[in-house]
Amino acid sequence: MTATTYIGVPTSRVDGSAKVTGVARYAAEYNMRGMAHGVVVSSPIARGYIRRIDTRDALAVDGVIDVLTCENRPNLAGSDEKYRDEVAPPGSPFRPLYDDKIRYSGQPVALVVAEELEIARYAATLLRIDYEREQPLTDFEQARAQAYVPPKKRDGIAPPAEDLGGAKRALAQAAVRMEAEYRTPIEHHNPMEPYATTAIWEGDGQITVFDKTQGVQNSQQYAANVFGLSPDKVHVMAPYVGGAFGLGLRPQYQLVLAVMAALALKRSVRVVLTRQQMFTFSYRPATIQHLALGAQADGHLVSFAHDAVAMTSRFEDYQENVVNWSRQLYACPNSALTYKLAKLDLYTPCDMRAPGGVVGAYAIECAMDELAHAAKLDPLELRLINYSDKDQSEDKPYTSKELRACYRAGAEKFGWAKRSREPRSMREGSELVGWGMATGIWEALQVKASAKAVLGRNGDLEVSSAFCDIGTGTYTFMTQIAAEMLGVPLYSVAARLADSSLPDAPVEGGSWTTASLGSAVQEACMGLRGQLLRMAQRVDRSPLAGARLDDVAFVDGNIRRKDDASRAVSLVDAMRAGDVERIEQSATFEPEDDGKHARFTHSAIFAEVKIDEELGVIRVTRVVNAVAAGRIINPKTARSQIMGAVVWGIGMALHEETLVDHKLGRLMNHSLAEYHVPVNADIHDIDVIFVEEKDDIINPLGVKGVGEIGIVGTAAAIANAIFHATGRRVRDLPITIDKLMR
Amino acid sequence: MAPRSAAAKSAEKFPTPAKLTVTLVVNGIERKLAVAPWTTLLDALRQHLDLTGTKKGCDHGQCGACTVLVDGRRINSCLALAVMKDGAQVTTIEGLAQGATLHALQAAFVEHDAFQCGYCTPGQICSAAGLLAEGRAKTPDEIRELMSGNICRCGAYPNIVAAIETVLSAKPEGRR
Amino acid sequence: MNNFEYSRAADVAEAVRQIAADPGAKFIAGGTNLIDLMKENVARPTRLIDISRLPLSRVEDTKDGGLRIGALVPNSDLAYHPQVEARYPLLASALLAGASAQLRNMASTGGNLLQRTRCYYFYDTATPCNKREPGSGCAAVDGVNRMHAILGTSPHCIATHPSDMCVALAALDARVLVTGPGGERAIAFEDFHRLPGDTPHLDTSLAADEIITAVELPPKGFARNYTYLKIRDRLSYAFALVSVAAALDLKDGRIQEARIALGGVAHKPWRDREAEARLKDEPATREAFTRAADAILRNARGFSHNAFKIELARRTILRALSQAAQASPQSQSDKRIAGKTPQENTSETGRPR
Repeated sequence: MTATTYIGVPTSRVDGSAKVTGVARYAAEYNMRGMAHGVVVSSPIARGYIRRIDTRDALAVDGVIDVLTCENRPNLAGSDEKYRDEVAPPGSPFRPLYDDKIRYSGQPVALVVAEELEIARYAATLLRIDYEREQPLTDFEQARAQAYVPPKKRDGIAPPAEDLGGAKRALAQAAVRMEAEYRTPIEHHNPMEPYATTAIWEGDGQITVFDKTQGVQNSQQYAANVFGLSPDKVHVMAPYVGGAFGLGLRPQYQLVLAVMAALALKRSVRVVLTRQQMFTFSYRPATIQHLALGAQADGHLVSFAHDAVAMTSRFEDYQENVVNWSRQLYACPNSALTYKLAKLDLYTPCDMRAPGGVVGAYAIECAMDELAHAAKLDPLELRLINYSDKDQSEDKPYTSKELRACYRAGAEKFGWAKRSREPRSMREGSELVGWGMATGIWEALQVKASAKAVLGRNGDLEVSSAFCDIGTGTYTFMTQIAAEMLGVPLYSVAARLADSSLPDAPVEGGSWTTASLGSAVQEACMGLRGQLLRMAQRVDRSPLAGARLDDVAFVDGNIRRKDDASRAVSLVDAMRAGDVERIEQSATFEPEDDGKHARFTHSAIFAEVKIDEELGVIRVTRVVNAVAAGRIINPKTARSQIMGAVVWGIGMALHEETLVDHKLGRLMNHSLAEYHVPVNADIHDIDVIFVEEKDDIINPLGVKGVGEIGIVGTAAAIANAIFHATGRRVRDLPITIDKLMR
Repeated sequence: MAPRSAAAKSAEKFPTPAKLTVTLVVNGIERKLAVAPWTTLLDALRQHLDLTGTKKGCDHGQCGACTVLVDGRRINSCLALAVMKDGAQVTTIEGLAQGATLHALQAAFVEHDAFQCGYCTPGQICSAAGLLAEGRAKTPDEIRELMSGNICRCGAYPNIVAAIETVLSAKPEGRR
Repeated sequence: MNNFEYSRAADVAEAVRQIAADPGAKFIAGGTNLIDLMKENVARPTRLIDISRLPLSRVEDTKDGGLRIGALVPNSDLAYHPQVEARYPLLASALLAGASAQLRNMASTGGNLLQRTRCYYFYDTATPCNKREPGSGCAAVDGVNRMHAILGTSPHCIATHPSDMCVALAALDARVLVTGPGGERAIAFEDFHRLPGDTPHLDTSLAADEIITAVELPPKGFARNYTYLKIRDRLSYAFALVSVAAALDLKDGRIQEARIALGGVAHKPWRDREAEARLKDEPATREAFTRAADAILRNARGFSHNAFKIELARRTILRALSQAAQASPQSQSDKRIAGKTPQENTSETGRPR
């Protein structure tokens, strides 16, 4: 690639000013006259039926407009198909207020709508609901015995790969073995912005929706299906999304309730969930993973068995790829992988940052550490011994794989060479010091996506797509790409996103946005280039006469010949020559798969912990995460993505866990005081390295995406560091004081 | 408008509280509003004054997204009743910039990319403004500890600390 | 949140008159816990009496050389008050270990004393809880009880008191000054908070018509040999699993007086005077500290998820006493736990003075 002006250059967020001044408005922040407020009433029981709902007291409160329940709700679609959104797993999706059956604790059972938020909140306390209680099953350890292989596979999620060789026999004959069970808990996404939908009644059946979502067109289609509306009657926008991390991939119940109330009452309604209610829908499912690894005395893997059980709801078979990663990462002739589900009386889990990969890699990378210890090998050395230049699951080479460079750069930055191998051998003052490492891997996904570029006569360029920006820097990278392509300053470019009327885009997730949308924007701008050149050639005695697109560069607002920079036409003159007010170009990117390559991002994570052993207090003092993710469009925001994901990894390793009372079938620590995520004091030095990775195959931009790779492996690196510090192997996340003391 | 449902109402009365007039000086401008006692300062700002820059993240003092300065001190506006703050000076994120010129903290947050989704950001910045005024934080450890009441789920903490350090070192009076 | 009336009290006497006249009324000052509980529909006062403007915000010397802290002094002001920093650094440290800077700016001294438990079940009206709804049962006893009490529990309630400030006040032998219709009285700190017994809905011995006006500290502040050591699930902004306020009066390496108060382990800040008394005249050694810790925890009892707290409390007491003896109090911003794990039978104070 030739030198660039904007692509690859650290660039401050173009939406930064709006965010630091409070101008950016999120889903619950559109105030208007006459808007009603809906407060959700949640089920206190986990399983059973609603016997009777007494709304009389609630309705008697001054200012209450209505109480919507399963008894008086408007008509809703009656078939599962209508509730199945873009990313729904197999099964029968939950239908808010549809019937009297209680499927999980916290299920919405009523929406109280009032003139003011406080009135609705008060009236909600006056609702009397009688329930017929049944004993719920929420104990995963108990349900595990009935785990099953999901009969119907979820779209886009590869089931475990077929057995390779004979893992069992190879293990029995292996010189070095490890075998262990790892547990990861339920985690909740807890984006800072609570889920909210503002449904604006426009009259004549038209609804404008500000939704907290990762896919405005997904929400649009879903709402249209559920309420039997034509999609053009539902206009969904989400210009700013206060974090989502996968929770916004599926439309959530507040969308249904807000639209339902707006349609029923023919007025605008806002529904905002409380933080407590953020624990009444999806989550990262808990897993129990059994790993058995065998190696030759020199560390070469001979057997890799990975069996995972994950939880799902009674009504859907949510699935993710937990066990395939070892096959994609390490060379091993014998491998056996299984993945089963256990049904519980909980809501359906959903994707949460690096779904499947993050829990799978935790177990795999801790198991590799255990194997390294058993083989008396340096953990990094073990990874290098088993380095694979092809994806064994499909026997394909990678489009690019600079993992070796990640290991090298990360180890050097971290000072890994100075590590002493024995556990408990490093100390500083009163603290034990532990150094651990792990590998990260994530799919380099791409999806079909469209974008449009419009250039105005005055040189202002607008690029747009229905994709969302959930804080990932989408506005900024599309601005950079457009500015680069047409040689205009960043400030001349306006990026528009997250509006269902804009060019089609799927949900924003899977780390696929930059690769997919970036490619679409690039293509649309290429189209504008062609139009501009043709117009520039209409200028009197055009200095660009006869030039082809390859012969010119778009720089500093000019189109100029590459071989003679003095022969140029400005964009403004070209537009004038074409005598147009604006030119536009739409483009759709469709990922091409040559069928010959595997596509992954990789990383190497190195972590340092300092532990007060007597008290079990763990401090993660340093993390180095070296990432190979193709070309980085914006190193500034990409670094933040990786850094934030490392913070997630620290939370996963040490803090995060949703606690369930199995008698009540209820999640108990449903607040940010008791569901612990890292706070500022928990986070110290985090170093992010992007290793050079050139990829000409994956897409024209050479981009792979960085939203998820940063969390994969991080918890394992920390768990391994804790082992190195203390000699204690805690195989049950999070590693809290009680477990370390045990 | 009349209730849509024909469901019966209780004969018992469930009145809602009478509204009281409260005067707040918000970002230097005196604002009179009629609020019921159960309205928090946060909801008064967001709903009555349409100052939605102040965020509701948990509504229970557990995340810091609602941080504003009241009489110069940072507080969680979700746990303050508006009626109790009658006569107070309130500074929100909308009141920090001078016209088009960003406050030093706002500029530093953009420069250091100290946020991603931006939802905790107004609270982080107001909290940092309070921290500078307090003059207790001198080291990175102290910044981290005294900023721990502001959760950032995107995990921008190192950049937040860097942004605050920049402003702190540029402002000798902040060090005290 | 239910409907309530709002009134302001012009002075203490009026505040008392107002609350005595309305059994459903509650005082509100900082509001950090009460508004939280009202939003959860756990607290349902029919009237809030705003006492935040009463003249109870002063910190002043008492005649006997102690300190009188007005009930409305915010936690942050108290933590950074020069007199508190100099004479009662244990209290300052405990205050800074609690909550967040924002909450400390709002929370009052009196309100901190009246904080309610963080028990998950108490906060969740969908579950049984004897403290919230007497007679409904305690779901924590066989439920999720990792955060719960190990000392002084009853079959009816295993909740803990969440305050950090109160643990220091307990160690410092503070007194709580209250005013009711019958006038003013002083309550010894140990008698202020209650054990749950069969009335866990009552947290304190404050009568329904009384108001806290001040907290008084005796002259002895243990400003040299003290620490507040809080162990929690993340390094800040979390409630204690176990916390220890330790203060020693040392002379020539021997203990003249020891104070040990525990947080996060009981329905109230936990003091054990008998165990403290056994340390008198003992050398400040790990052996002596171990005996004291074992004595304090002799009746500790764990439940399904919190038995670890017994050993954690033992180790935290040891470390805290060691920090106090070494005059190396725990920093609340540097998260390294101060003081090394001491060896058996070695003096904890370094060279004798």
